[in-house]
Amino acid sequence: MSYLGQQLVNGLTLGGVYALIALGYTLVYGVLQILNFAHGDVYMVGAFIGFFVMVGLGGPLKPSVPVAVMILIMFLVAMLGTGLLGIVIERFAYRPLRNSTRIAPLISALGVSILLQNAALLLFSANIRSYDTSSYISSTLGFSFADITIDGVRLFVLVLSIALMFGLARWVNGTQVGRAMRAIAYDRDAAVMMGIDVDKVIRWTFFVSAALAGAAGVMNGLLLRGVSNGMGLVPGLKGFTAAVVGGIGSIPGAMLGGLLLGVVESLAQGYLSTNFSDTITFALLIVVMLLKPNGLLGKRAIVKA
Amino acid sequence: MSENQVPEEIQESAATEAAKLGIGTDEWVAQHEERIARKKGIKGLPQLINESIPAWARWGVLLLISFAFGAFVDNQYLLRIGVNLGLFVMLSYGLNIVMGYAGLLDLGYVAFYGIGAYGYALMSSEQIGHHWSTWLTVLIIIIGTALLGYIVSLPSRRLFGDYLAIVTLFFGQVFVQLVLASDNITFPWAEDYVDITAGANGIPGIDPFSFFGHKFLNIRDYYWLLLVLVALLTIAISRVNRTRIGRAWRTIREDALAAESMGVMVNRLKTMAFVTGAAIAGLAGAIFAAMQTAVFVSGFDMPLMTMIYAAVILGGSGSLAGAVMGAIVMSVLPEVLRVTNYSEILFLAVLVLTLAAVGKSVKRFTINIVGIALIGFLVKILLGAASIKTTPTKEWVVGPVSRALSHWMYVPLDRVLWGNCAFVILIVLIAYFTTTTPRIKSILLPVIGYLGIFLWEVRLVTDVNTTRQLLIGAMLVVLMITRPQGFLGKARVEVL
Repeated sequence: MSYLGQQLVNGLTLGGVYALIALGYTLVYGVLQILNFAHGDVYMVGAFIGFFVMVGLGGPLKPSVPVAVMILIMFLVAMLGTGLLGIVIERFAYRPLRNSTRIAPLISALGVSILLQNAALLLFSANIRSYDTSSYISSTLGFSFADITIDGVRLFVLVLSIALMFGLARWVNGTQVGRAMRAIAYDRDAAVMMGIDVDKVIRWTFFVSAALAGAAGVMNGLLLRGVSNGMGLVPGLKGFTAAVVGGIGSIPGAMLGGLLLGVVESLAQGYLSTNFSDTITFALLIVVMLLKPNGLLGKRAIVKA
Repeated sequence: MSENQVPEEIQESAATEAAKLGIGTDEWVAQHEERIARKKGIKGLPQLINESIPAWARWGVLLLISFAFGAFVDNQYLLRIGVNLGLFVMLSYGLNIVMGYAGLLDLGYVAFYGIGAYGYALMSSEQIGHHWSTWLTVLIIIIGTALLGYIVSLPSRRLFGDYLAIVTLFFGQVFVQLVLASDNITFPWAEDYVDITAGANGIPGIDPFSFFGHKFLNIRDYYWLLLVLVALLTIAISRVNRTRIGRAWRTIREDALAAESMGVMVNRLKTMAFVTGAAIAGLAGAIFAAMQTAVFVSGFDMPLMTMIYAAVILGGSGSLAGAVMGAIVMSVLPEVLRVTNYSEILFLAVLVLTLAAVGKSVKRFTINIVGIALIGFLVKILLGAASIKTTPTKEWVVGPVSRALSHWMYVPLDRVLWGNCAFVILIVLIAYFTTTTPRIKSILLPVIGYLGIFLWEVRLVTDVNTTRQLLIGAMLVVLMITRPQGFLGKARVEVL
């Protein structure tokens, strides 16, 4: 029982990170109907920014500011940086293609992904870096009940990801930009006719989507995974899987899909096979896609000629 | 008189028009050529050249060159490049059927190549101790990959566009993950674990092809085999493309719904495209494994996938000549870039061409070149006066071009740091350049040119692999924005 509980907690933490990535895919898809394949690499850039902010503030061993402030700054700078990167990517790789064929943005996104990965390789070399979290956050932090331990970092990541998701939901439902975004997702032509500044809303969408990926990147670093230029591929695919399982374009769907995927992956690792957990995850996606092509919470798309 | 003038003219022009058209010809059809979108001036040149050379001449010359290459070249390295090109052409052909003709976005295509390679490796190496005859193995691989292609095609009946891309992408990832994980399987009925694919270590010691007792020990044997295969495939695919199957494929690509209502068997044809593409990729994989005598799963992952896509799209998806051209660019160019002498000259040529294209007139072009030279001297004088330490010339000069540049270029001691700075600044400047006014553009251009040369000499020349990838990425984005139909493809209007 405690083992199951522990796996569930780990899965939820992981799922929170996946959900943040998935939300980025889903936001962009909802507004522009393009698959932003460079999203996983934005996540990688976020992790790098977090790392260099940490080093800039004195490194893991003797930070010049309190640890809590350092982590806060890491998140803020990473989210701001990746958000701006998202705007730049949209401006140069997607905006010229807005009225192009369906395949063009997809290929362009592949190009951006290659560019980002190799720019990171050129700038930061192929070394795998680590946030070295355990040296400044004690592993005894956190609490346990009924044999389930949840350490401080995991708790923090879980809480922050849920907070970000709530923030996003508030943003989408409560602000003017969020409302405009939903209007564009519903019918772009009609939205233009209502006087909505589509360019501005799309910029915001990319900013928010990339900032969430940046936050996910820093979380990934805090959870003690390596930071390297190729790290974006698999989490990018997983986040993407989560978005699709939940129904791409649907925000609650992305959250549900992310958490579900995290739990399934960690249960598969715990009970079936560590080696095959990724295979199981991807197989699950294919099955969901075949049974419910629009995902769990997605709306049924009508094919228009 | 003047009142009658106008109708007469119209009559006359109508008469000549009719004479041009001939009796029974539709005007719309007759004007078809004129309505095809062509770019004016130098931008339309590739298309114009492409259209003015007859197909047989093009293919004939290509065949002659490849024949001569196989017959007279003795250099093993060059032959290997040739073999790689052949494999690349096969892969592009296969993808061209799936994506170019039928319009199915198959992002797991490279997995079929990997399955072909691993299939051959498993059936003819010590890995699980089988050494079957080449005939049998190749036959099994072709049928096996075709069957898998059939299975992967099943989702395409329910899923459209992006969703199909997703499922196939995961098919590709499942292949990679399965191969990686299958080195340590414990079956419930067995005690010890079984090693099937050797995981990330790859499978070495694969038997070469052997037909009629002749072992393919020389790389030239593979070259001839591939040449024959590619020639056969070219003929076969171009002929199929002209039959009703080919026409139906293209109809599905343009509008599956309309095709279906016209009585085209959409599902069956989609399956057919998948199966053909998969079988071609599987065969190419088997040849690759036999030629290389070792397979590693990392070679069948996303990077290769992007390369094949880049090749097909660069040449123009839906065009066989385009697929060949794309394959040449994607597989030979990297080899050329590997030789620093060539890559330097190539880089300068590209830079000059870009300046010429952006500057548009001889005057502006000269100003840009002089501007770059001036900036270079200015930087050298200023930084020389500040006496910052430089890298000794002999450490960074790699060829005649950089030797010539060494009198002009200022190379700081910490090349990595300065190169990285230049890289970041360059990207920011290029981004700014595309959005700014013409006046600022003309000032920025020499600066960008100088930074480009600086970055190239300081950082990129020594790091060919990254450079190549950076160039491919940039090329994909730029190509999609400027010419989404590729070099030899025809522009088409997508009905949404």
